[in-house]
Amino acid sequence: MSSAATTTTVGPETAADAADAANTADAADIGDAAVAEGTGSSTAVRPARRGRRRRGLALGKRLPASRLIGPALFFALWAAASAAGRLDPNAIPAPWTVLSTMGRLWSDGTLPTDVLTSLQRAGSGFALGLTAGVALALVSGLSRVGEALVDGTVQLNRAIPTLGLIPLFILWLGIGETFKVAIIAIVVYIPIYLNLYSALSGIDHRFVELAEVQGLSRFRFVREIVIPGALPGFFVGLRLGVTGSWLGLVVLEQINATSGLGYMMFQAQNYGQTDVILVGLLIYGVFGLVSDSAVRIVERRVLSWRRTLNS
Amino acid sequence: MATHTEQLTHTGRPAPAGRAPSQAAPAVRLRGLTRSFDGRTVLDGVDLDLPAGQLTALLGHSGSGKSTLLRAVAGLDHEVAGSGTLSAPDRVSVVFQDSRLLPWRRVLDNVLLGTDGKDAVERGRAALAEVGLAGRERAWPNELSGGEAQRAALARSLVREPELLLADEPFGALDALTRIRMHGLLRELWQRHRPSVLLVTHDVDEAIVLADRVLVLDGGRIGLDLTVDRPHPRSYRDPLLGEYRERLLAALGVTEDRTDHDPAPTPTPTPVSVSAQAPASALTPAVGGPAGQEAPTDQEDRQ
Repeated sequence: MSSAATTTTVGPETAADAADAANTADAADIGDAAVAEGTGSSTAVRPARRGRRRRGLALGKRLPASRLIGPALFFALWAAASAAGRLDPNAIPAPWTVLSTMGRLWSDGTLPTDVLTSLQRAGSGFALGLTAGVALALVSGLSRVGEALVDGTVQLNRAIPTLGLIPLFILWLGIGETFKVAIIAIVVYIPIYLNLYSALSGIDHRFVELAEVQGLSRFRFVREIVIPGALPGFFVGLRLGVTGSWLGLVVLEQINATSGLGYMMFQAQNYGQTDVILVGLLIYGVFGLVSDSAVRIVERRVLSWRRTLNS
Repeated sequence: MATHTEQLTHTGRPAPAGRAPSQAAPAVRLRGLTRSFDGRTVLDGVDLDLPAGQLTALLGHSGSGKSTLLRAVAGLDHEVAGSGTLSAPDRVSVVFQDSRLLPWRRVLDNVLLGTDGKDAVERGRAALAEVGLAGRERAWPNELSGGEAQRAALARSLVREPELLLADEPFGALDALTRIRMHGLLRELWQRHRPSVLLVTHDVDEAIVLADRVLVLDGGRIGLDLTVDRPHPRSYRDPLLGEYRERLLAALGVTEDRTDHDPAPTPTPTPVSVSAQAPASALTPAVGGPAGQEAPTDQEDRQ
């Protein structure tokens, strides 16, 4: 019945649509044999392009060890300039001078002690800041009461420059290790809190609806939707926090410290040892790079579902 | 539900799975359902019974309140002012216009969101196979085409064996050809599982081809209640459906030029134009065809 009715109308319509012949042909392909659809349409499209490919706008494949190319180039220039005598060795010693100083400091035992002290300070400050940042963000991101209690306070804390708290913290906690760790923890927790909180509270409303429709409990909603959805934001905060722990360290270790990289550099300044200062900077740089890369590696594993320009 | 001024009663009947539905007990019952946003009344005392196991389409202009009605039945309108009584089954699934797959869960895990039990994984796989996505269980959602994502969303709604399936313009974001395939799939799934279906759409052709009953929401009430009494699978070119079409368009306040079938300035552009351009014989086989057969050739707009 319906087929008889349709065949009578098809004739005039296809004739009228002669200008649209390509479209009609495509549609007929799909109807006659669905298998032909993919190949049929692609062969119809390709010749029009005449084999030329469009310029891709994605960045393409990553170069091998790409992150090391820039630093390597920098050191090569530095070495070349030193060898050519273009740099004042008192202001900027040659790379090999810095390396031999590093070897000397390492073998006489001061450098390992300083590095270890700095790592401990940065590590415990970071651990504390991470814990506090995550805990506070969960409290204020997952409940309105928590938000009312926590968020305003943290925003206030954020507005105060953390290094400005140093005098107060010295009076409160003494001038030992505790205040240094506390300051680093504050430097670390703020970016972690801010990013995780905004990711948690900015959960897509459509997913909230979905969870309601699928009958998820509040706990499962948080565990299966809110937290996985907030992970990208968390990693942004984590990377800022890791960098922050090293930044705080340089300043803090120049205040009443008897060891640590910052202390070593501060002493070197008094004696005009630029090579020792550069050793300190080099180690800071390497630590910063390594810790940031570690976070990146974890991030890429955890967020493997994301396909971005970086993938 | 805290701010609801209505009593929301759940009937909690067992699902009429696999059996012919009884026409006696309605799956959904609305009486005097009123909803308003900021003082603007969107639903103005809707009375409606949806018999169990029926596929009903709800048409209306954008802003006519059809989504508001669906969301009320789904229990998703927590902060909307309103009154009236509403009863709906316990097991309700919703398919949204966007597939709403969680990008951080693989397709199978998305299908199983909120589903528990020892055989959950098996049921999830079966549901994916039913929508023609067997073998894609481990894919990430952003590896799927638009049509595939919407199939996965259908599987997610089916795996819960709903008594009532609410679909809010589920094919609205798909291209015209994919949409026609999805029509066939939805109809087939409905025939196999027989849930009550409320399909909200702005597409008159979609409503006529799929539904046994088409409602038009106008001025906050059901303005037209039309039973479409034509056998399935239906052709988009069936001239008798054209009469239904004209009645529905008239109820929607759209007058159509009768001399040809090109889309007049209707609120329902794409499928009308497709059915006008393509020979009907090319379109009908997809409607009602088993999903498994077309699945391997489902190229669509896969990235």
